Amino acid sequence: MEICELTAHKLHNLLTSKEIRAEEVCLAVFKRINQVEDKVKAYLSLVREEALEKARAVDRKIDRGEAISPLAGIPVALKDNLCTKGLKTTCASKILYNFVPPYNATVVDKLRQEDAVITGKTNMDEFAMGSSTENSAFQKTCNPWSLDCVPGGSSGGSAAAVAAGEAICALGSDTGGSIRQPAAFCGVVGMKPTYGTVSRYGLVAFASSLDQIGPFARDVTDCALMLNAISGHDSMDSTSVPTELPDYRNALVEDIDGFRIGVPAEYFAAGLDDRVRRVIEEAITVLEQRGARVEETTLPHTEYALSTYYIIAPAEASSNLARYDGVRYGYRVEEAEDVVDMFSRTRSRGFGAEVKRRVMLGTYALSAGYYDAYYLKALKVRTLIRRDFERAFEKFDFLISPTTPSTAFRFGEKVDDPLTMYLSDVFTLAVNLAGLPGVSIPAGFVDGMPVGLQLIGKPFSESTLLRAAYTFEQSTAHHLKRPPLTGEVK
Amino acid sequence: MTRYEPVIGLEVHVELQTASKIFCHSSTAFGGDPNNHVCPVCLGLPGTLPVLNRNVVEAAIMVGLSLNCSVARFCKFDRKHYFYPDLPKNYQISQYDLPIAYDGYLDVEDEDGQPVRIGITRVHMEEDAGKLLHQGTIATTPYSLVDYNRTGVPLLEIVSEPDMRSPQEARAYLDKLKTIIQYTGVSDCRMEEGSLRCDANVSVRVRGSDTFGTKTEIKNMNSFRALQKAVQYEIERQIECLETGERIVQETRTWDETRGVTLSMRSKEEAHDYRYFPEPDLVPIVISPLWIEEITQQLPELPDARCCRYMDAYKLPAYDAGVLTSSKELGNYFEECVSLYPQPKTVSNWLMGELLRLLNDTNSEIGEARVRPAQLAGMLALIDKGTISGKLAKEVFEEMFRTGKDAQAVVKEKGLEQISDEASINAVIEQVIADHPGPVSDYRAGKERALGFMVGQVMKLTRGKANPGLVNRLLKDRLG
Ligand SMILES: [Zn+2]
Repeated sequence: MEICELTAHKLHNLLTSKEIRAEEVCLAVFKRINQVEDKVKAYLSLVREEALEKARAVDRKIDRGEAISPLAGIPVALKDNLCTKGLKTTCASKILYNFVPPYNATVVDKLRQEDAVITGKTNMDEFAMGSSTENSAFQKTCNPWSLDCVPGGSSGGSAAAVAAGEAICALGSDTGGSIRQPAAFCGVVGMKPTYGTVSRYGLVAFASSLDQIGPFARDVTDCALMLNAISGHDSMDSTSVPTELPDYRNALVEDIDGFRIGVPAEYFAAGLDDRVRRVIEEAITVLEQRGARVEETTLPHTEYALSTYYIIAPAEASSNLARYDGVRYGYRVEEAEDVVDMFSRTRSRGFGAEVKRRVMLGTYALSAGYYDAYYLKALKVRTLIRRDFERAFEKFDFLISPTTPSTAFRFGEKVDDPLTMYLSDVFTLAVNLAGLPGVSIPAGFVDGMPVGLQLIGKPFSESTLLRAAYTFEQSTAHHLKRPPLTGEVK
Repeated sequence: MTRYEPVIGLEVHVELQTASKIFCHSSTAFGGDPNNHVCPVCLGLPGTLPVLNRNVVEAAIMVGLSLNCSVARFCKFDRKHYFYPDLPKNYQISQYDLPIAYDGYLDVEDEDGQPVRIGITRVHMEEDAGKLLHQGTIATTPYSLVDYNRTGVPLLEIVSEPDMRSPQEARAYLDKLKTIIQYTGVSDCRMEEGSLRCDANVSVRVRGSDTFGTKTEIKNMNSFRALQKAVQYEIERQIECLETGERIVQETRTWDETRGVTLSMRSKEEAHDYRYFPEPDLVPIVISPLWIEEITQQLPELPDARCCRYMDAYKLPAYDAGVLTSSKELGNYFEECVSLYPQPKTVSNWLMGELLRLLNDTNSEIGEARVRPAQLAGMLALIDKGTISGKLAKEVFEEMFRTGKDAQAVVKEKGLEQISDEASINAVIEQVIADHPGPVSDYRAGKERALGFMVGQVMKLTRGKANPGLVNRLLKDRLG
């Protein structure tokens, strides 16, 4: 296996045993980027020189005999909705095409403190709205397992970069499945932590009550290392939890004997690809063989999750995106009659179709006369969905389901039909509505395309999820496969 | 006016004097170069999040308590949406359905001196917006600049019930509100600097009616006088509408100070749908009874209580007590002076007479007065000792007010020391008797009034410095 295809923990061992230098790791990743980026198109911007400089600094630390952190010298890619000081942060939108933040997101500062090597900013659906990364204003990212398929979204660039060896780990954001769904499509581990585990400061908001930053990694161990680095209370984010969080490395135990696992019947209903179902059933067998007790359960309000999500998320988005008006930063039309005209022309031309669709939906849902029927109702259903999970967790340690109803679909297959596109997130949305942790791990393949197994836990039970995921991973070899980077580029 | 009854309610915005803004660490200092008191958070840059300044909540609770409100055990912030370039996020973080304090009141007096209780509907917290700078007027400016220094400065909005029935009452309410808030120390309430702003809702109805007429909202009143005048104008305008059968339109009107009229603003302003919804970036505020108790303990003595205490402890007339407690500083001044010169009514007379007159003449405030309470007390002691006469004391005090010097120094410098030496006064009396034989014989013939003239002459020749009591006695002795 090539250097750029190794895991962070493996690289860390090689670095501390001085079998490899951080600069070499960095060069290997940028070499891979040079080789495959024109096919994958995972990145919107790259910072090769800064990355090499950071890698050399890590080498000097090692040379001086200093202890290094687990992520020191590890190339990490960042989704382009995470603010990076002095480095363009566009959210893959024309309206922020030139926005250079004067501050770092808290997670970026934390990664820098760990001496991680930032490689660049990855492509995404504009403002994280989408499930295929096709809604980027700038480029289409391809799935490394089949270049004519989408990588999923909205964090498609981060998932593809990790899968293709263009980064060792990456950060994404998950509002309704935007980490877990592309992780499943690209055959990597992707985790959405419990709401409040990771500071949102510096994450350009899509839907504030649902957004959460999380890691992409090649295996569960790397996922735990990334989560260790980014989690924890932040005084800059009032919604971040003030409690002490565990060291997630302690969860990397190969033992789920006696764990009670619930399988929600609603997640295996119509719409689920039969071949995906079989892969998940095999995964369940593996878990049972490791001593877990798996039983069917029910989340009765699941059928309302999609419509609830598509009221709450657009409502918050319509508000969060109001600030993009051309007055202070970003894109502004040249010609305008007056300030109102400038606002409306800037926003009409600066935003893409999906963003405008959701801003319209959200504005409508919050409007006088509709608020009670839509937004308020959605909040009530959200509570019912949360209660479904609470009830299930009285009996089970965690729940499992397929991450997505199918494997990665082809470009253009769903982009013209928003509702079909929205359905590709049907198994992940409810987790955000309930604020729960969820992780997608490689569970097998259908026709050479990866399938993701989703584990859903109680609030702040990331350790349980990681432990179960780690046990599954140690019992299987799906996570060791690397994509061929073939297929017809469209 | 008699057939109709005005109905007035006020919406008051008060800027809180916290060191930093409501949701970030930027300074709230007034002035400063444009866009110097800003940071990514108050500029609403992408990805930034608000974090509530706890001091703002304490100030809001304090104001709520001092306005006799109930303080919410649980409240939250909401987003109020409208597009305007001075609003960096194009929404304002405010409070909608769960304000921090509600159901209060304050007591004022109507024109006849009768007590009136004005209900307070709610007190809520919100962030201020920035300021647009135009070249010339908004209509003709080729471009506008925005200064975000004020953006995120904490505001309290205090909404009254429509309980006021005259422009005078409205003004009395605003005066009282200002005084109370100044007492709490959370704001300086300077209407001229914009730290106190007031909008008025005005309607009129036929007296005795139990329904409200159509109301208009009056904005842009920049002084207490302007409020009274604008409301007066609007009442008259609406009555005229009713008399002539013209329809009163529910709208926002702006007060034109130079023309002395209210003018209709674009009705487009009325079409606002603010699309309020709970602010997801902030957690709800839970206010424990213990916290309220702590703030109650910190609450200073408020004007009404202080006024009662002045009448009770200092035996001051209600009028004096009211005036002296109408500003926290004046009351403090009074108390400091009385502690050194324990004759409350004398001190009160000097403050209400001379000091307030001089402050008014120089258009300055009590805090700026150079003459300090100890100096006034010192001067009053000099009067008692007979060093200066009561009459000359006014001249002395004026000089003290002007220069900040002690009474003793002024007296010395100006040679105003009272003449209480009998031989010197007798010498002057002799001269007056020689110069005015007429009045002397008048007095001796029983015309008491002539004595006053003689005293006046002595005072004139001594340039007011002779001890008047002594002059009186010596003259009587000499002539009697
Ligand atoms: Zn600020």
